[in-house]
Amino acid sequence: MTKKLKKHLWQIIIAGILFAASWLPLPRLVGLLMLAAAYLIVGLPIIIKALRNICRGQIFDENFLMGLATFGACFLGEYAEAVAVMLFFQVGEFFQQYAVNRSRRSISTLMDIRPDSARVSRNGEWQVVSPEEVAIGEVIEVRPGEKIPLDGVVTQGASALNTAALTGEALPRDVAAGDEVISGCVNLDGVLQIKTTKEFTDSTVAKILELVENAGSQKSAVENFITRFARWYTPTVVIVAVFLAFLPPLLLPDALLSDWGYRAITFLVISCPCALVISIPLSFFGGIGAASKCGILVKGSNYLEALSHTETVVFDKTGTLTKGCFAVAEVRPQGMSAARLLRLAAHIEAYSHHPIAESIKQAYGKKLDLTKVAKVKELFGTGITAEIDGVAAAAGNAALLQKFGIKQVPADIAGTVIYVVADKKYAGCIIVADEVRKDAAAAISALKDLGVRRTVMLTGDRAAVAEDVARRLGVDEVHAGLLPAGKVAALEQLLGEQSPAGKLLFVGDGINDAPVLARADIGVAMGGIGSDAAIEAADVVIMTDEPSRLASAIRISRRTVRIANQNIVFAIGVKLLVLGLGAAGFASVWAAVFADVGVSVLAILNAVRALRLHKKC
Amino acid sequence: MKKFYQLENLDCANCAAKLETAIKAIEGIENASVNFMTQRLMVETSADIEKILAEIEKVIAKIEPDCELVR
Repeated sequence: MTKKLKKHLWQIIIAGILFAASWLPLPRLVGLLMLAAAYLIVGLPIIIKALRNICRGQIFDENFLMGLATFGACFLGEYAEAVAVMLFFQVGEFFQQYAVNRSRRSISTLMDIRPDSARVSRNGEWQVVSPEEVAIGEVIEVRPGEKIPLDGVVTQGASALNTAALTGEALPRDVAAGDEVISGCVNLDGVLQIKTTKEFTDSTVAKILELVENAGSQKSAVENFITRFARWYTPTVVIVAVFLAFLPPLLLPDALLSDWGYRAITFLVISCPCALVISIPLSFFGGIGAASKCGILVKGSNYLEALSHTETVVFDKTGTLTKGCFAVAEVRPQGMSAARLLRLAAHIEAYSHHPIAESIKQAYGKKLDLTKVAKVKELFGTGITAEIDGVAAAAGNAALLQKFGIKQVPADIAGTVIYVVADKKYAGCIIVADEVRKDAAAAISALKDLGVRRTVMLTGDRAAVAEDVARRLGVDEVHAGLLPAGKVAALEQLLGEQSPAGKLLFVGDGINDAPVLARADIGVAMGGIGSDAAIEAADVVIMTDEPSRLASAIRISRRTVRIANQNIVFAIGVKLLVLGLGAAGFASVWAAVFADVGVSVLAILNAVRALRLHKKC
Repeated sequence: MKKFYQLENLDCANCAAKLETAIKAIEGIENASVNFMTQRLMVETSADIEKILAEIEKVIAKIEPDCELVR
């Protein structure tokens, strides 16, 4: 608790004791003095604030209205009620401050990823400096238990890293010399020496902190509605209160100013839109914080709100639903053993660094004998020819077979096919496929369970491959063979086919798909950690590479929006009810005070629930 | 150009909303938002930032004198 808040609490406690004591059977004068003292303690700061604001030309402010209500009550001789109004108003304020501070702190535990210092090697010794002072290319040392302060590459040592604060992933990641590491991870067991590749301000940890801290600047429609509502609510209630106090006594023969004035005071007491104005941003703040704890960074309340209306989810295939790295799925030899075919293909591709070539070499698994390889020639767009063991051989796509006049091409293979030719004869083929991510199928069925109407996959890959992946994962629709521009066009068409309130979500790996990310209602970059481009372009960044986090994001968003809506309906409903009862003369000032403070407290307690939503991810 | 600033001692949510409305009305500011929870001010402007900041400080002094803008 801050000093200011503590002082506030003591004021309330002392005034509360005085207020309670004034009900004891004491001489009337003593009781009144006690009430006066209590009023001065809790009320004076409010009156002073009100006067100060009036001097600045702001009349309709809650301090003034509270002051006015209590003056009115005193005028009518209701001293206890005057003190009660101030006392409970202060209790409400205190509670608000307390709740806000608490949730700010709970978010700042997330901010614990900020490193305080870096141990850098300069002039042959280790110096401890602030991370901002470390230049690119310097070597830093990170000991067990410390946070990695800057992005870089491990030059010495091996260890396990805890990435939980960044990705929500509980399993530690093993790193050794040569591996890239990102700032914000906690080094668990070994001493690491790291050569930095980025300055602190460009490092992952600084980017993430900036993103989370600035998340609230994009407000949701609900928040904007509340701001507009608050601007009208207070003046309207005050004007109605004035009419309520003076019109009936002037117009009706037996209406008393004291009776209608009292009713007007109940109006003033509930004229502050505080409960709403505080609880709605608090809900969204909590929701965004909860999402961050699950490794989902949402760039603004508006995106968190939009997520709850997700109707269509469009996936990029490679790197999103699949791992983006190829592996040999099948070897179909003809006239030779599978092992020989692999050996042949691996040697033909010996000098190629294409991902497919790498996957074949990996499947071969043995050291290549480069002395056996001669006359390597790359044929653009078709494949490679070479002499292996003195025999002319070639590997490549279907166009390569045509070149050799070979007609028997195996059909309907899902995957990328490498045909191998040896001595001008068809020797078989190797099927290379991109591996599907482990939780991709579960992610899609979870999205469908959440009521997502349409799942679509966009890919530049061949239709046969795309359809096979889609079938295995349960994706509804596939658009294959798309160039980057074609992806944008396909997305535009999908956007046009949506219902007015539905939102389209595009998930990509953030590489090459920035235009599509920007065009979608919600652009989600997955596994975007460490990629600046992805963090820039996307509205939501999923820090792990699990597509299933999408469902978590939607769940958190729905619950947050539900909490915000509950608060709106509850707070406005109770206020209108009490206003109505007050006007009719059924609600006392007591009821109004309790309604006002009670609604605030309950709405805030409800909003704070959003902070705990991360347990649902 | 979007700029972010930290606000200190921004105590009430309603004041944050009022502050936001008033800052938005400053000439030369295309868009602004005050986030009560993170106490951050976002300003979007193409005008001279020093002049704009001076204007913003005036507005803050008027509406919420306890609050301070950290440059």
